[in-house]
Amino acid sequence: MKRFVIKEFLHIFRDIRTMVILFGMPVVQVLLFGFAITTDIKDAWISVVDPSHDQVTLAIQDKLFASGYFREAEKSNSPEDIEEQFRYGKIKMVVVFESGFGKKLQRGEQPSVQLITDASDPNTARLLVNYAGGIINDYTTSLNPNTPALPLVLPESRMLYNPSLKSVFMFVPGIITILLMLVSAMMTSISIAREKETGTMEVLLVSPLKPYQIIIGKVLPYVLLSFINAVIILIMSYFVFNVPMQGNLILLLVETILFIILALSLGIFISTVSNNQQTAMMLSMFALMLPTILLSGFIFPIENMPEVLQWLSVLMPPRWFIVIIKSIMLKGTGLFYFWQETLILIGMTGIFIGASIMKFKVRLA
Amino acid sequence: MNNTEVYGQQLTKSYGEHQALNGLYFEINRGEIFGFIGPDGAGKTSLFRILTTLLLPDSGVANVAGLDVVKQYRQLRLILGYMPQKFSLYTDLTVRENLDFFAGIFKVKVKENLYLVDQIYGQLQPFESRRAGDLSGGMKQKLALSCALIHKPRVLILDEPTTGVDAVSRQEFWEMLLLLKKEGITILVSTPYMDEARLCDRIALMQHGIIMATGSPVEIISGFSKNLFRLKPDNTLTALHQLRQMSGIHRAEMFGAYIHLSTSSEIKTPAAVAQKLQSGNIHYTMLEAIEPGIEDCFIELMQQTSEP
Amino acid sequence: MNKPDGNKWKVIVVENLVKKFGSFVANDHLNFEVGGGEIFGFLGANGAGKTTAMRILCGLSKPTSGNVKVAGFDVYTQTEKIKAHIGYMSQRFSLYEDLTVSENFQFYGGIYGLNRMQIKEKLENMLSRLQLEAMRKRLIRTLPPGIRQKVAFSVAIMHEPEIAFLDEPTGGVDPITRRQFWEMIYETAARGITVFVTTHYMDEAEYCDRISIMVDGRIEALDTPAELKKQHDVSSINDVFLKLARKPARNIQL
Repeated sequence: MKRFVIKEFLHIFRDIRTMVILFGMPVVQVLLFGFAITTDIKDAWISVVDPSHDQVTLAIQDKLFASGYFREAEKSNSPEDIEEQFRYGKIKMVVVFESGFGKKLQRGEQPSVQLITDASDPNTARLLVNYAGGIINDYTTSLNPNTPALPLVLPESRMLYNPSLKSVFMFVPGIITILLMLVSAMMTSISIAREKETGTMEVLLVSPLKPYQIIIGKVLPYVLLSFINAVIILIMSYFVFNVPMQGNLILLLVETILFIILALSLGIFISTVSNNQQTAMMLSMFALMLPTILLSGFIFPIENMPEVLQWLSVLMPPRWFIVIIKSIMLKGTGLFYFWQETLILIGMTGIFIGASIMKFKVRLA
Repeated sequence: MNNTEVYGQQLTKSYGEHQALNGLYFEINRGEIFGFIGPDGAGKTSLFRILTTLLLPDSGVANVAGLDVVKQYRQLRLILGYMPQKFSLYTDLTVRENLDFFAGIFKVKVKENLYLVDQIYGQLQPFESRRAGDLSGGMKQKLALSCALIHKPRVLILDEPTTGVDAVSRQEFWEMLLLLKKEGITILVSTPYMDEARLCDRIALMQHGIIMATGSPVEIISGFSKNLFRLKPDNTLTALHQLRQMSGIHRAEMFGAYIHLSTSSEIKTPAAVAQKLQSGNIHYTMLEAIEPGIEDCFIELMQQTSEP
Repeated sequence: MNKPDGNKWKVIVVENLVKKFGSFVANDHLNFEVGGGEIFGFLGANGAGKTTAMRILCGLSKPTSGNVKVAGFDVYTQTEKIKAHIGYMSQRFSLYEDLTVSENFQFYGGIYGLNRMQIKEKLENMLSRLQLEAMRKRLIRTLPPGIRQKVAFSVAIMHEPEIAFLDEPTGGVDPITRRQFWEMIYETAARGITVFVTTHYMDEAEYCDRISIMVDGRIEALDTPAELKKQHDVSSINDVFLKLARKPARNIQL
C-alpha cells in the first residue's frame, strides 16, 4: 500500500504534463476567468444626468467623450429612464452631477458626482468607474491647482442589479468545481487506464493486491493534490479578485474534500469502463466536463433552462456543490442551509464507489 | 511419484466466434523449462492468462502447484511470477524504484531475494537510478524478469519474452532461464520462434488453439515419419514450383537458401532424389539427407492437423 | 541467387554516412551499395543504429554528413521523390485494421496516385494470387496475422516502387505462411524490385542475397550469408551475429 502510494506520487512528479495540468491549469483558469471576462474599455455607452448644466460640468463631459473611452447615449432624465436603459443593456454607466456643481466648486466646497454602473458585469463596472473618476478628478484638479492633493470630487459608485453580489463572484465557485472535477476524475481515470494500456495492470492483478488496495493506492495521492489545488484557487480568488469568504472556512474545506472524493470515485468508475487512456480522456471530457460547465448552473442559470435539462441537471454532482460553496463563501451560511445538498453528494459518492468496486474486475475479461 | 507442477485438461476459451483454445491437455513437471511454441493467434497468451488467473476458462480444469486457477486464485497469485507480453514496467520510474515497487506489493524485502536475481540484476545495478524507459530492449527485459522474480515465485510464466529483442539479448535471456532452473523454479515460456525450442526441456507445439504435439525436442523430432533432404537449387523459385508438381514429393519448403524436401516412402536415398531432380531438369549444387528440425516437424504437423 | 541481370544498377548508394545526435554517433561512416532486384538484409542489435539508417534511406531524416542516394535521388534535397519510389511495410503498423482489404488498397493506391482501374487490377491480382477472393470485404483486424502480413506487403509494392523497405516483416507468423511470404519476396525481387529487410531473427537473414551486420553504429560485416558463415567458421547466421555483436556492448545502448 505504502509502496503503491509512493509509486503514484513518483508518476505524478515525473510527468511534467501532469504537473502542468495539476498546478498550472488552476492558476491559468482562474486568471483567465477573472481577467478575460473583462473586455477592454472602448467606446462604452454612458449617459449623463446634468441638472446644473454649467461650464464645469460641460467641460467635464467634453473631457469624458474626448477620452475615447466613452460615448454618449440618449440623455436620460428620470431614474426610471436610467433603469430602463440599463435593463436593455443600452448603457454601461450613468454619470450624475449634483445640481449647482460648478458653483460649489468655485466656492471651494466639495460637490459630488455619482457614477452608477451595471454590476452584473463587475469587472467592466470597476474599470469604468476608475477611468471616469480619473478623468473627472484630473479636470477639477487642473481648475484649482493650489490644492492638487485634495480630491474635490468624490465619485460615488452604486452597483445596480445584484446588490447582494449573488452572481458577481459566481465564477469562483464554478471554477473550483470544474477544476476539482477535471483534476480528480480525469487524472485518476487516465492513470488507471494507462496501467491497463501498458500492461502493468496485468501484473498488479496477478499480485496479491486486492482491488480496494489498488483503488485506494491510486486515489489517495489525488485526494491530497486536489485538495492543495482547491486551497490554491481559494487563496488566489481571495487575494487577486477579492472574492469574499463570508462563512466557515473549515466547513468549506470539509465539503470540498467530500466533493473531491465524489469526483475521484467517478474517475475510478470511468476507468473501469475504459480500456485505454484515450477512452478515459474522452469519457471524462464529454461525460464530465461539458455537463459540468453547461448544466451545473455555472454559466447558464438553471432556472432558465428547459424543463428536461433542469431535470438532467439534478443528476450533476457539480450543481449541488456549487450551491454549497456559494452559500458558504458568498452568503456565509452554515450547514443547516445546505444539509440536503451535502446528503445528495454523500449519496452519489456511495453509489459510484459501490459501482466501481463491483465493476473492478479481479480478472482481465 | 507425482511430479506434476502445472496441469491442464480440456481447456477451452472463446471470444465471441473466435475459438482461442480448443480443448488443451498438458502436464508440466516441477523444475522444468516448458515451452509453448506457436505463431501469433495459436492461443498462447489466452492459455497463460488462464494459468495466471487473469482469465476464466469456458470449460476445463487447470492447476498450478496444486492450486485451482479458478477457485484458489488468491493463494495462487502469491506464488506466481508473471511477465506479460509487453514488458510491464513503469517507464517513468527508475530501475530501482520498479524493483522496490514490485517487492512492495508482494510484501517482501528486496535484500532478501536479491540473491535470486543476482546474475540478472547485477548487470543493471550500475544503472539503478536510470529510468526504465531509457533502457535498451534487452535491459528492459532483464529488469522485467527481475521484477517478476523478486518475490521468489514457485512458478514463473513468461509470455513471449524474446519477441522484438535482438539475438544477443535473446541468447543472454535464455542463459538466465537456465540459471533459474537450477533454483528449482518451474518455468513456462511461450515463443513464436522455433529455434528456441531446443533450449526447453519439453515443448508443446501449438496452432489454432490446440496442442499438436508434446514432448522433449528429441521426442518430437523422432516423431517425424518422412524422409527429409536438403538441396541448394540454382533458382529457388523455379525449383520450388517444379518440385511441388512432381509425384513422390511430399513437401518442398524454403529454408534460407536451401529447399527442404520431404518425400514419400519409395524415395529414400539422395540418389533417388537426384534422379527425380534430373528428370525435372532442376539444377542444384548440393543435395543431402538430413535430420529434421523442430520447424520441419511443425510444418508437417500443421499440414496433418489441417487435413481432416 | 541468380537474378535476371540483377546487380548491374545500384538503387541504394551510401558513402560515408554519419548521423549524430548531439555527441552520440548513431551511424559511424556507413558505406554500402544495394543493387536492383537484390534482397538485402540489414541486421543489428537493439540500439546499433539500424532504425536511424533506415529512416535516412526512407527520406525521413537527414544525415549529418556523407552521400546517400536512394533510387537515384539525393536524401538531402529530393526526399519527396524518394518517398514516391519506395514502399514501406512494418510488422507493427501498415494497414488500417478497421478498414477492409479492398478499402486499404483503395486508400494506399490513392496516396500513390494510382487511378481506379489500376487499383482494381492490383487488388484482383493480389486476391487471386493469394487465393483471398472471399476476404475482400473482411476487416483487416479479422484476418489471421499471416494473411495480414501478405496483404500488407502487396499494398507496400502496389505502386511498383524501386525499393521495398520491410521492417521485421514476418514476426510471429506460422512457418508455412512465413515461407509463402518469402516466396512473395523472391517473386518481387525477380521482377526487379529491391527488397531491404531489417530483422532480429537470424534465420530470416538466411533468405537474403546479402546481409550487413551493424554493431555500435558501424557495419561490421557485409557479404552473402554463405560467405559470412564460411569466414567465421560457423553453421548459422545467428552464430555469426553473436560473434560480432557480443564482444563490445557499448554501455551507451543501455
